[in-house]
Amino acid sequence: MTELLLARWQFGITSVYHFLFVPLTLGLSVLVAIMHTIYVRTGNETYKKMTKFWGKLFLINFAMGVVTGIVQEFHFGMNWSEYSRFVGDIFGAPLAIEALLAFFLESTFLGIWIFGWDKLPKKLHALSIWMVAVGSNLSALWILIANSFMQQPVGYAIRNGRAEMTDFFALITNPHVFYQFPHTVLGGYVTAAFFVIGISAYHLLRKNHPDFFRRSFKIGLVFGLVSIILVTAVGHFQAQYLVKAQPMKMAAAEAHWETADPAAFAVVAAVDEKNQTNTFEIAIPRMLSFLSYNSFSGEVKGLKDLQAEAEAKYGPGNYIPPVTSVFWSFRIMVAAGAWLVLMAFVSLYLWKSGQLEAKPLALKALFWSIPVPYIANSTGWYLAEVGRQPWMVYGLQKVESAVSPSVSTGEILTTLIGFTLVYGILAVLDLYLLVKFIKQGPEETPVSIDLGTSGKEVSLWT
Amino acid sequence: MDLNILWFILVTVLFIGFFFLEGFDYGVGILLPFLGKNDTERRVVINTIGPVWDGNEVWLITAGGASFAAFPNWYATLFSGFYLALFLILLGLIVRGVAFEFRSSDRNPAWRNLWDWMIFGGSFVSALLWGVAVTNLLQGVPIDANMQYVGTFFDLLSPYTLAGGLTTLLVFTLHGALFLTLKTEGEMEERARAIAGKTGALAIPVVLLLAILTYTRTDLFSKTGAAVVFLASAAFLVLAWLLLRAGKNGWAFIANSLTIVLFTVSMFWALFPRLMVSSLSPEWSLTIYNASSSPYTLKVMTVVALTMVPIVLLYQAWTYWVFRHRVTAKELHY
Repeated sequence: MTELLLARWQFGITSVYHFLFVPLTLGLSVLVAIMHTIYVRTGNETYKKMTKFWGKLFLINFAMGVVTGIVQEFHFGMNWSEYSRFVGDIFGAPLAIEALLAFFLESTFLGIWIFGWDKLPKKLHALSIWMVAVGSNLSALWILIANSFMQQPVGYAIRNGRAEMTDFFALITNPHVFYQFPHTVLGGYVTAAFFVIGISAYHLLRKNHPDFFRRSFKIGLVFGLVSIILVTAVGHFQAQYLVKAQPMKMAAAEAHWETADPAAFAVVAAVDEKNQTNTFEIAIPRMLSFLSYNSFSGEVKGLKDLQAEAEAKYGPGNYIPPVTSVFWSFRIMVAAGAWLVLMAFVSLYLWKSGQLEAKPLALKALFWSIPVPYIANSTGWYLAEVGRQPWMVYGLQKVESAVSPSVSTGEILTTLIGFTLVYGILAVLDLYLLVKFIKQGPEETPVSIDLGTSGKEVSLWT
Repeated sequence: MDLNILWFILVTVLFIGFFFLEGFDYGVGILLPFLGKNDTERRVVINTIGPVWDGNEVWLITAGGASFAAFPNWYATLFSGFYLALFLILLGLIVRGVAFEFRSSDRNPAWRNLWDWMIFGGSFVSALLWGVAVTNLLQGVPIDANMQYVGTFFDLLSPYTLAGGLTTLLVFTLHGALFLTLKTEGEMEERARAIAGKTGALAIPVVLLLAILTYTRTDLFSKTGAAVVFLASAAFLVLAWLLLRAGKNGWAFIANSLTIVLFTVSMFWALFPRLMVSSLSPEWSLTIYNASSSPYTLKVMTVVALTMVPIVLLYQAWTYWVFRHRVTAKELHY
């Protein structure tokens, strides 16, 4: 039991930590590629500087994403060997394809891009950062195909006590992917857009390199506006889809205990999981039916009925995920999204009316909005993964039977502490470097190399 | 030939690619603090692998992904069984991966020195443990009837597997040193040559020891093919050393590369058709049949691999072509 708990903690920590870096990689690779392309097409040196400045921040973040991703891949075998045996026939394939199709592309061309200045023809060089962007986004596709199988198993048959793939095409066209992939990737674009917007706002507030940061701001804003609108729309349809595909998850996300038609939407609620009720709630009548079906009537099943159905289908047990935390993570994600929509439109208005730089409060708010997409990303994954409990693979394997039997509590504890410690230290250093380069701005070349072979290291810096 | 065999070969190829490419990355990382006497020199050393190390590491990720896809029981038993060893390798890879990016991001010499030693440590630990891991596959580890590893971390350490670890450590270091003789010039090239000579002189007796222990501890020599390849691998190591002494650095690099390739081939050949030997009972060993995915999955993955691997090889080879010139202090950009 302790093993299970520790293994779950480890999975939670390593996944959330990994996904602090991935979204920015997804979006910033595209933004840097856009900047680089503008530079190549116009020959304007500002865009070269932009490519290098934002590119440097991209690289620091990218390194963290890569190294935490390695743990992510091996992790299934280490802590979840019975899961790996049970679904390896299906789950391993997208992981291997991710490496073959995406990781090679991404990392090989990143090397070319970093070291290719002046070595490659300009267009080919710009193409290499596009390859990085394509690689990153493709990797998101394949890992989400894998994750979607856990949420909604398709294209399989249970044989010899394990899930075997019967239809690869069904696996990659899992309807769940069509919502999860755009929602996740667009979330990454929003993260990167607000990263660029926020840092640009920081410098515009201080009147540093106004031309440089105005242009950066504009690119970030356009990209961010499109992304935030799309991510919100996809999120809405995804929730409607989940009402059908994973009703238990959505009922938990809404703390919706009793089946009702029409169903009310609880904006906030004090959830009492023990007595399976909300002791307090502010609810909008008929709204949950509307959100679920675009109609003010329609039955939305409650947690209690879903639990009874699950027991009838899978046998006795608790099939209700932790309601309180799932309920609030959903709300925090939505609130974060709403805040970003607001900030995007305020920025657009201020930009269009030419008042942006005269509004320090807005610039400050934009700067402080940098962490908001991160909150949305993390709570979104919390909803997706914790909302799936107690299942590892929805309806097929429970988390408790997925954990490695050969790994002892002490071993998990060792790696849990080890990874957490190293992750903690790296987070501090990563932040230190990002802040340093952000503050430094574009003027300095990102990395200055002191030429000459004086031999004395002290002479290399002052 | 059935697909299980094909996938065994493919996984072997991925490990060959990984050890061959990442082998010199590890070697360069291990030699970094000793060959680079000042910051500029260390930049030169790092930049020899700068554009390619990340792509090289993906060979490992792909090998891991491929073993998961093709032989899920192997993936599950191996990674949950070699738990702490793998943890150490992962820590090494994490620290080393960020170190490449972080070191140049601050000019404080203490900061740079710290990350240079991290690159060293990460490379050293990984290079050592890969040898320990591979020899354990062949020597056999306690695996029960349910494919569960029932030993501890210390069961992975024996004279034979430690000799295996030392072998990969030294051969990868030599590989890195020889690589540096080709990618640098002047004094650095000379230093790399000198250290390659010393490393080679150390590696030869260790490989001899490994050969003896392989004979006493494993069944490798009961297979003529595997035995011949293994001995050829050792012979190429001696040849590499002789070629180096004769001043033929390029040929020495090729000879030592063959050492790595053939060593990997011999290990997998000796394993075949097993993937992991059980020391408790031969019937409990994991094989390419009892550990494999369904024929359907293997078929899908075969199509994917046979289309993608050649493309990957093409663009990775192109990277090496783009960065084929020697790295000198004059043209350090990054």
